[in-house]
Amino acid sequence: MTLAPAAPPRASSATLIGIAVLVVALALVPTVSQALGNPFLIKIATRIVIFAIAAVALNLVLGFGGLVSLCHAGLFGIGGYVLGIAAAQLDGEVSAALLPATGELAVVLPLAMAVAGLAAAVMGVIALRTSGAYFIMITLAFNQMLYYVFVALQQYGGEDGLQFNAALTLFGHPATGRVPFYYGCVAALALVLAGMQRLIASRFGVVLRASAQNERRLTALGIPPLPYKLAAFALSGAVAGLAGALFAASQSFISPSAMSWVQSGDLVVMCVLGGLAYVAGPVIGAGAFVALEAVLSGWSVHWQLAFGGFIIAVVVTLRGGLIDLVRIAARGGRAS
Amino acid sequence: MTTALLIEQGLNGLQLGVQLFLMAAGLTLVFGIMNMINLTHGSLFMVGAFLAATVLAHTGSFVLALVVAVPATALAGLVLEAAVLRRFYGRSHLDQVLVTFGLIMVINELTRMVWGNVPVPMALPQVLSGAVTIYPGVTYPSFRLAILAVGLLVALGLYVVVVHTRVGMWVRAGASDRAMASAMGVNVGLVFSLVFAAGAALAGLAGIMAGPISAVQVGMGEPVLILALVVTVIGGIGSIKGALIAAVLIGLADTFGRVLLPPALGSMIIFMMMAAILAWRPRGLFPVHG
Repeated sequence: MTLAPAAPPRASSATLIGIAVLVVALALVPTVSQALGNPFLIKIATRIVIFAIAAVALNLVLGFGGLVSLCHAGLFGIGGYVLGIAAAQLDGEVSAALLPATGELAVVLPLAMAVAGLAAAVMGVIALRTSGAYFIMITLAFNQMLYYVFVALQQYGGEDGLQFNAALTLFGHPATGRVPFYYGCVAALALVLAGMQRLIASRFGVVLRASAQNERRLTALGIPPLPYKLAAFALSGAVAGLAGALFAASQSFISPSAMSWVQSGDLVVMCVLGGLAYVAGPVIGAGAFVALEAVLSGWSVHWQLAFGGFIIAVVVTLRGGLIDLVRIAARGGRAS
Repeated sequence: MTTALLIEQGLNGLQLGVQLFLMAAGLTLVFGIMNMINLTHGSLFMVGAFLAATVLAHTGSFVLALVVAVPATALAGLVLEAAVLRRFYGRSHLDQVLVTFGLIMVINELTRMVWGNVPVPMALPQVLSGAVTIYPGVTYPSFRLAILAVGLLVALGLYVVVVHTRVGMWVRAGASDRAMASAMGVNVGLVFSLVFAAGAALAGLAGIMAGPISAVQVGMGEPVLILALVVTVIGGIGSIKGALIAAVLIGLADTFGRVLLPPALGSMIIFMMMAAILAWRPRGLFPVHG
């Protein structure tokens, strides 16, 4: 049974233009923020870009592979802790046998991706033996396992999380300035989007989308779906780990609360909200999600009531996600 | 490990096991019959505990708290099912996860608006506030023993109803093949509403019994929900017998894991057990659907 509306191939020039427009718009935020004299905008935009990377990663398996994974916050957190532990060792407060003590992003970001990708592969080997509801529940359970492990690891701060003071660098240049760091995150998002777009259009992407639609037919064609799904899951985990590492870098702090199952659910909501059928859909979803969260939480302490209601309304009404609204508007504009 | 510790932790494990069974029973049947992932089951656990704490605070009677809160939770479950969840049986699992995820936020926030953010205290009933000696040198709180007894009784009752009565046969038939059961004249819709209400009542009962031990607070249902999901998956979705066996397994493994293993490993043990069991049997210990 297919769980998510599997995407028909839409690797057209329009999609690439859409991605380019999104990235350019995000890159303009610091300029706008400076013009308005509102530094808070960059903070929100950084959060949006980081969660967009995580949601785009999730959408590789969710939107294109039809796999509803609820463990991506855990993978996100693993990436965050790899960076956090590596950097905190420079402060001399923690020690880890397996991780280098470094704040160099060129080293620690690939490392975070590798560790998260490996964790995803291990979990994928077990979870992908099952399907449908079993898969959802198992990934949910794995997410909580990761969460409780980091709560129990007292040497890395336990439930309170891990704070580090070490200055992060990129190829030796300081990387923690708010604006340069934001540009770096946007560049990472652009790379991820371009890479995903190519991957989805490739033979690998075709097989992955086919496995979401009908595994039996795919097998009958002589293509075993499992290696493709596993590779997609591991890659998705690696990119989620990248997002987590950037998240930890953005606030010099990482805690288990970033990897609770509610966060996993939030990532799924971002994907659905933006549109599962498009590589860039989750970017729009993450933007709408984070912005709405910021606005609602400013209004009332009981903002989660409205937010939960909003999620329910989205599921009931918006089958194609927000990106469909953009598409419909664009088509309508062209017709008139 | 001494015999005394072994007995004490064994009882703790069993007690956690029966509580998990009360949660998992509703979850596994709802899932088995309607193919519906219901993440709001943990919210019913919470609602039961809050209702009972309120009745207890006003009347001082634990029995009255039970008598009011259990049917009230069942009613809350029925309303939830009829108002929202019923519309999502035919939808994808993704939609079901999302809508129940949104509902959890709504219910948590409503609970917070009514009862506030501070944990509500729930006193032990007078009769059960002491401890009994169950083995030379081992005293055990009588309330925990009562939980164990009630849990075992309910489990037994449920087992008898599901396995040995006509209604139970409808439930099992619905769980193993809904379309076929419906064709054979079982009113699956009605059976399902009954099952949903009963599952909600059991979740509420589990919440009430957990109340005096852990804090009655917003979000108390979620950790229990996750454990109940693990139980459901290990036992085989739709299987009452599987849920009972898996619940006791998980209860014991979790309790002994926390005592015997280092903390990081102890918190992982049940998930590793789940992984091992699913690697061996991907559809759980007692798969219902062919």
